[in-house]
Amino acid sequence: MAGETINIKLKIWRQAGQGKPGKFESYEVNDVSVDMSFLEMLDVLNENELKKGNDPVHFDHDCREGICGMCSLYINGKPHGPKHGITTCQLHMRTFKNGETIVVEPWRASAFPVLKDLMVDRTAFERIQQAGGYVTISTGGVPDANEIAIPKTVADEAMDAAQCIGCGACVAACKNASAMLFTAAKVSQLAVLPQGKAERKRRALAMLEQHDSEGFGACTNTGACEAVCPKEISITHIARLNREFTRAAFSGSETDYTN
Amino acid sequence: MSWQKSLSSTIGRKIMMSLSGILLILFLAGHVSGNMTLLLGKADAFNAYAHFMSTNPAVQVIANVFKLFFVGHIFYAILLTRQNKKARGGEAYKVSNKDGSSVSKYMGVLGSVIGVFLVIHLSQYWAVMHEYAGTIGTTTVDGVQMKDLYSVVATSYQNPMIVGGYVVSMIILAYHLWHGFASAFQTLGINNKRYTPVISFVGKAYSIIVPLLFAAIPVAMFING
Ligand code: SF4
Ligand code: FES
Repeated sequence: MAGETINIKLKIWRQAGQGKPGKFESYEVNDVSVDMSFLEMLDVLNENELKKGNDPVHFDHDCREGICGMCSLYINGKPHGPKHGITTCQLHMRTFKNGETIVVEPWRASAFPVLKDLMVDRTAFERIQQAGGYVTISTGGVPDANEIAIPKTVADEAMDAAQCIGCGACVAACKNASAMLFTAAKVSQLAVLPQGKAERKRRALAMLEQHDSEGFGACTNTGACEAVCPKEISITHIARLNREFTRAAFSGSETDYTN
Repeated sequence: MSWQKSLSSTIGRKIMMSLSGILLILFLAGHVSGNMTLLLGKADAFNAYAHFMSTNPAVQVIANVFKLFFVGHIFYAILLTRQNKKARGGEAYKVSNKDGSSVSKYMGVLGSVIGVFLVIHLSQYWAVMHEYAGTIGTTTVDGVQMKDLYSVVATSYQNPMIVGGYVVSMIILAYHLWHGFASAFQTLGINNKRYTPVISFVGKAYSIIVPLLFAAIPVAMFING
């Protein structure tokens, strides 16, 4: 059963390696099923390129169902493409018109160097997480379920923040390449819960310090991040990060938590 | 974390921007209320107000503190802008992103125009009042002899260029406040269901009313001749 198909033109950023010069290359992909995802369309392009003996376009992906945060791509000026609240792997080709030219760029930020073509190094996010995005747990017997009472609204707030998949779209869209939305989500998901509150000061200070030393910018409350975030993380979490940082930095009572 | 480290972090710098911004917002409220004597055409009241502001010792202390806020606001703006440009990196996007508040993207440009306005504004009135430039006459209000700043102001507002420049500057100020007012509170972490609607309403009202009142003065004085 042949479904509807379209022909598209692509302008894709090609770069041989980190620090190497890059440029846009034009491609055409014909008979693209509108039911394909954007990544499947790129798979088709790469098969064609491989058959011609060309180097395929490198891009990141893993789960292809919007949960892992590996896919990226800055499509026609928008991280994860024109649709709201989805990742690139969830973007379908029916979003585009027949004959349309689609410009595909990598995430751009000093802290996200391009590794090859559309792949960027996002390990800066991992280092921010490692700096404090966890709860120190003394392992022992399994505690009873619901031993710690957490109101539903608080659990929901933590869950909203915990939706962040660490994709980096917030940084890609931000005019300051700030990773505040990511850092705020990772601080928030623990800061509102009793288990996370014990280490809140150390966490906020250490994660912000790592954020800054990775070379991300400062937030100007522009809100481009929340507009493009596939998990719709709100900048109210950035306000919470600001509060967490302020109480930690200026209360002075837990300064010995810093390294 | 040491004070120095806290204050030089991204959020620390933003807090300085925010606090200095909020105090400058308060400064505008004070300034515009004094200037209402001009809008009401009360020359003696304006001169008495200007005399008080330039001689009262407590006001002098406060004025010097506000100068610090101005300098601080500009200083941190430059630091943060440099940092943000560096973070964005050399390679620009071919297609730029249009999401988010567009006013926020021009805060630096808007602020720079306000800075230029401020230099001109100070050289026209403040410098004359303090006799660093120009000439100023004297007048007597309630038996006290004082400088006649009103005449300096009234004369300048017969010049359509000055009036026009003033009005344009106030429009720019309105845009700067439109983003800045609510943004300052977000930076301080004040964003919640109870206060944020009030803050953004007051912020928008403030950013229209205050520049409008400022701009009304030269326009009214120009029309009245
Ligand atoms: S906050 Fe949103 S855009 Fe940023 S990394 Fe997390 S999921 Fe991606
Ligand atoms: S590939 Fe996992 S979220 Fe897109």
